[in-house]
Amino acid sequence: MAEAKKPKREKIPRQEMPRQAPKVRRRNFNEVALGYTPELMMLEAKRCLQCKKPKCIEGCPVEVDIPAFILKLQEGDLAGAAVALYADNNLPAICGRVCPQETQCEAVCVLGKKGEPVAIGRLERYVADWKMSQGMEVPDYVADWRISQGTEAPEMRPPGGKRVAVVGSGPAGLTCAADLARYGHQVTMLEALHAPGGVLIYGIPEFRLPKATVHAEVEYVKSLGVELILNCVIGKTLTLDDLFNDGYEAVFLGTGAGLPMFMNIPGENYNGVYSANEFLTRVNLMKGYLFPEWDTPVRIGRRVAVVGGGNVAMDAARCSLRLGADEVFIVYRRSREEMPARAEEAENAEEEGIIFHLLTNPVEIYGDDNGRVRSMKCIQMELGEPDASGRRRPIPIEGSEFDMDVDTVIMALGTRPNPMVFTDAGGLERTRWGTVVADETTGRTTREAVWAGGDIVTGAATVISAMGAGKAAAADMDRYLRDETATWVLEPEPEEEAVQA
Amino acid sequence: MYEILAKEELGTINKLMVIDAPLVARKAQAGQFVIVRVVEEGERIPLTIADFDREKGTITLIFQVVGKSTMHLGLLEVGDELASVTGPLGRPTEIENYGTVVCVGGGVGIAPVYPIARALKEAGNEVLSIIGARTKDLLFWEDKMRSVSDELIVCTDDGSCARKALVTEPLKELCEARKDIACVWGIGPAIMMKFTSLTTKPFGVKTIVSLNSIMVDGTGMCGACRVEVGGKTRFVCVDGPEFDGHEVDWDLLMARQRIYLTEEKRAFDDFKLKCECDSGL
Repeated sequence: MAEAKKPKREKIPRQEMPRQAPKVRRRNFNEVALGYTPELMMLEAKRCLQCKKPKCIEGCPVEVDIPAFILKLQEGDLAGAAVALYADNNLPAICGRVCPQETQCEAVCVLGKKGEPVAIGRLERYVADWKMSQGMEVPDYVADWRISQGTEAPEMRPPGGKRVAVVGSGPAGLTCAADLARYGHQVTMLEALHAPGGVLIYGIPEFRLPKATVHAEVEYVKSLGVELILNCVIGKTLTLDDLFNDGYEAVFLGTGAGLPMFMNIPGENYNGVYSANEFLTRVNLMKGYLFPEWDTPVRIGRRVAVVGGGNVAMDAARCSLRLGADEVFIVYRRSREEMPARAEEAENAEEEGIIFHLLTNPVEIYGDDNGRVRSMKCIQMELGEPDASGRRRPIPIEGSEFDMDVDTVIMALGTRPNPMVFTDAGGLERTRWGTVVADETTGRTTREAVWAGGDIVTGAATVISAMGAGKAAAADMDRYLRDETATWVLEPEPEEEAVQA
Repeated sequence: MYEILAKEELGTINKLMVIDAPLVARKAQAGQFVIVRVVEEGERIPLTIADFDREKGTITLIFQVVGKSTMHLGLLEVGDELASVTGPLGRPTEIENYGTVVCVGGGVGIAPVYPIARALKEAGNEVLSIIGARTKDLLFWEDKMRSVSDELIVCTDDGSCARKALVTEPLKELCEARKDIACVWGIGPAIMMKFTSLTTKPFGVKTIVSLNSIMVDGTGMCGACRVEVGGKTRFVCVDGPEFDGHEVDWDLLMARQRIYLTEEKRAFDDFKLKCECDSGL
């Protein structure tokens, strides 16, 4: 080992992630980020100072012991790194790819104060991918790891736990189910679609999150003993009441926010106007980009307008390019600074040649005689005073209307929870936005023995925050199920009164 | 899972299959549908539930071979399994004792009409039914419809059997003869449902149709199935599939049904060619 180790670490710059070149990647669905080589990984891992009071762990919504797994990397112990990582995070191959680390762990990394933070996400991805490539079995090691670390984290308990239903196999459900299985319960995950993963499988495109990766992470969760039932729609095939009648003793709702929003402007029902949900589901879940080998078509014209400024809008725009559109526009009513999309994804989109029409809002969509989109009238906006969300409110500039020559419009305006799950679900209270009322810390809803987490509680948010909610709920569910004397209490919300069942 | 337990040819292109789907059968009600994938790469397509057996855990699907998915489905045999069956979806028919009702089934629309007519009969309604098709070969379930109706009129467009008429003719006659019709259900191709609604409109008789838009998920998450009813946008899969026929924008529905005609034709032609090659022609 070098004597001048400390100065050497500080001199290593943050290692760039190898990526497909924009001109190449804009026409294929292969993953854009290629992953670190072993050499790049080691250089980056060496940058970590192994702080005595690591800030990064607090920045992580699932509190991954980041220094622990990076230490193993520094020691060249990849298997050890995998165990340390999977001890806290059931889906690291996914997190390493889609988490906004720049606002989480990497935002508080000490190195970031004067230079660039450790590329924690890229290292996480490396370890997870390595583990998958080895076909490494992790579950048994996790228990030993935790015992060896002397942490408070739950150890493997003997089976004989209770029967629990987890509704939804997206990030919240997968995380909750995996932890509950580790706690010793008999978990059944119920998924409405014909493939598991939720937004990981239908929403996030192949070039950001390969479906083989999602599949492998789901297989890992199943290997912990979780049963998966597909094509089961809670609210139709089975209801919440049915689940309890069928013998489940606790239910976690992780059904997400799958209801698409439209603008309700004239012409929105012409052929060629999609919700981002429909477009992305056709492309990702139904593999529309492989038509006709796969049966589901997706029609992209030559000039596509994507309305919205979040990650979903970026995904829809980048998929449109890859499907062969000549020109793709982002139409967003606020400015670049207000765009909620990850900076990295917006930059990727720009590099690929997507044109941003900012401070622009659609007004009306026009169609031809066949009922097909032929153009869209937009109006320019300017920013006024901040609204309730703290962002400056966009105001139309009178007389600034113009026609945009497009033949496809994708509405990526955001989503809300699908109300279907509330059928025959007595006692489950909702807010006026359609989200489930739930305790922020434990995920308890107003109905006894029903927890909820992820987008169904928060509205559309991130994969990792859903995972954090799934994790917290699983811990509370385990406590409740093992305690005969437990009562159903929700913590009072600061502005609202306490709700008791 | 989703094994085909029975198969029946109802004509040259109409087929019936009984599928093992216990969870769906347990909850299925008249007016509902399932979303089916024939194979892993297949499209998700909506098919109405023509019948169900809660004890045996089976559902009956009737479909017409019109494209790649239905052709592929039609080639499967007893013992084969479907890739997935999701349901029951859609809002069930609102069954009450309305008094006197008319049920009109056009072509493959006879399949969804049957369980509705049956449920209405069981609820005590006087059920007057009309079934029709372009030609004799496309008619089916005459006996079953007769068994749940107080009166049954059968017709074919070309007169190859029964009365030569479009279903709208006997419907109009019924509306003229009977002033006590509480409600009409009309299910079949979009154009048939449009004209059924136009026929009843002058008589002011409430008419319910079951819309057959393109769908992907069938659970309200995508909006592929959106239509305009009474000037408002509705999702057929969660707000329907039944709507007031007098309020539906039929032109929009039919335009939206045509969006993938090119891809559908290509897929159908490719599949037919593949089948010919496979069979050594």
